[in-house]
Amino acid sequence: MRRHRTLWFWVFVGPFALGLALFTYVPLLWSVGLSFFDAHNTVTPTRFTGLDNYTAMLRDAAFRDSLKTFLLFTAFIVPVTYGFSLALALMVNRVRRARAFFRSVFFLPAACSYVVAALIWKMSIFSGVRFGLANTVLGLFGSDSVAWLSTTDPPWYWLVIVTVRLWLQAGFYMILFLAGLQRIDPALYEAAAVDGARPGWTVLRHITLPQLRGTSVAVVLLLVVNAFQAFDEFYNLLSDARGYPPYARPPLVYLYYTALGQGQDLGLGSAGAVILALVIAVVTVAQARWLRLGRTDGDG
Amino acid sequence: MDDALVRAGRALRLALLTALALLFLIPFYLLVRNGLADERDITSPEWTFFPADVRWGNVRELFADPSVPFARSLLNSALIAVATTLGTLLLASLAGYGLARIPYRHANKVFYGILGTLLVPAAVTFVPSFVLVSSLGWISTLRGLIVPTLFSAFACFVFRQYFLGFPRELEDAAQVDGLGYWRTYWRVVVPNARPVFAAVGTIVFLGAWNSFLWPLVIGQDRSAWTVQVALSSFTTAQVVRLHELFVAAAVSILPLLLVFLFFQRWIVAGVERTGID
Repeated sequence: MRRHRTLWFWVFVGPFALGLALFTYVPLLWSVGLSFFDAHNTVTPTRFTGLDNYTAMLRDAAFRDSLKTFLLFTAFIVPVTYGFSLALALMVNRVRRARAFFRSVFFLPAACSYVVAALIWKMSIFSGVRFGLANTVLGLFGSDSVAWLSTTDPPWYWLVIVTVRLWLQAGFYMILFLAGLQRIDPALYEAAAVDGARPGWTVLRHITLPQLRGTSVAVVLLLVVNAFQAFDEFYNLLSDARGYPPYARPPLVYLYYTALGQGQDLGLGSAGAVILALVIAVVTVAQARWLRLGRTDGDG
Repeated sequence: MDDALVRAGRALRLALLTALALLFLIPFYLLVRNGLADERDITSPEWTFFPADVRWGNVRELFADPSVPFARSLLNSALIAVATTLGTLLLASLAGYGLARIPYRHANKVFYGILGTLLVPAAVTFVPSFVLVSSLGWISTLRGLIVPTLFSAFACFVFRQYFLGFPRELEDAAQVDGLGYWRTYWRVVVPNARPVFAAVGTIVFLGAWNSFLWPLVIGQDRSAWTVQVALSSFTTAQVVRLHELFVAAAVSILPLLLVFLFFQRWIVAGVERTGID
């Protein structure tokens, strides 16, 4: 009987587990292997170079810059998206009429790809020429046109990069917060009112936010994980026929050009991927500590 | 006095929400406005809310342009999105059910092995995965674009959580009737689990249609471009025909908007029960 069950377990789980192992574990291990070889243009190199790829990567100012870009981007996007989507959820939750309408409008961009959104941002809203929407609006106030994406002083490109992601993602996190808000027991608010707590900031701080703790932890985790993956909007907003500018290259853009660009240096690219994985692991663990994952008191 | 304050607050909130909603809709409006406009209308410094004449012919021009394999890229995207969705649903739901319901000594170890891959961000696996796919000779093939993306630990996790909370009575009845795991699954479990299939399916479909990095890396020949890669190639090209670019983008989100509007309820439900908290 037990053997029978084991067999059925593997009939159900086997294909998935096998595929996952083949397409996640195998490439990871292979890549770790490659990172110790000179692997230009080949996936079966023969020249062992030890830690050369790693030292080259760490010495490369462009790679270190890419890590800085990524940290700066995360420091921008995580709090901004968190605050904005929470505010949206609080407002949509309390509105009486047309709640479904507002929810849909804010969620609708989730159906858009970064490629399409970046296109609208780059070619229409933040186009550096006079006919761009942002510059048209500035013109109404008598300001000169701004070259949004090609100026590094001040770095206006950050405004473009952050707003595009905010537009695409805020609605999704708003839905998570809305779900969290709906699970809060109304009796808590009644009790607070009886105790004389005035609606507004006090209630938000002492009841709503603590009750949303579980959702908040999940949202912050997802935001950080998604910031790690930033590639699409950077690539589509900033690269043009002349190539990619020397600034604002997050690690993925950097690795893309290193491993798959002209040099096709897969050894160096693999070393970069391994370093990136380690950085991400450290950030994730630090974050989990900071959010005190697993804490159960005051759980929402 | 207090009443007036509350009413004022409510009006303020509504006004703010309406303003934000308009801001959120502007990009969609720009997409359609520019897509149906003449090149000169788009680049005119005199802003017009609607193009002087609406040119539906832009759509025809886009498909007739021999320099862009747009129709082919739409077809590729459709094939990839449908195959990825069906494949993911099949593989992940079976695995999720097995993990949730079939007792096996090492089930937990297998589960943690699957869950562990969620901790490895896709960001760090694209170079390794490229290495594997290229050594299989799958570059620029639909196989290379579809097969490696079929094994979503996230989807498996959602199914497992869902089946753990699934009422056992139905399955018990089926087992009493002498149905084994396999037939119980197909005849009893799947028909009663439609909401989770719809939710995961739409999320996977949206993700597959919109994904960019993997198709960019694997679809190197023009014949293997997806619609996102085709669009992106427009924006990095030397000569950009703006109206063509925008009409292409508008066409590319149409299928998704349809899926989205039709399944919105499921997406919201699915997002709400993705095992978060």
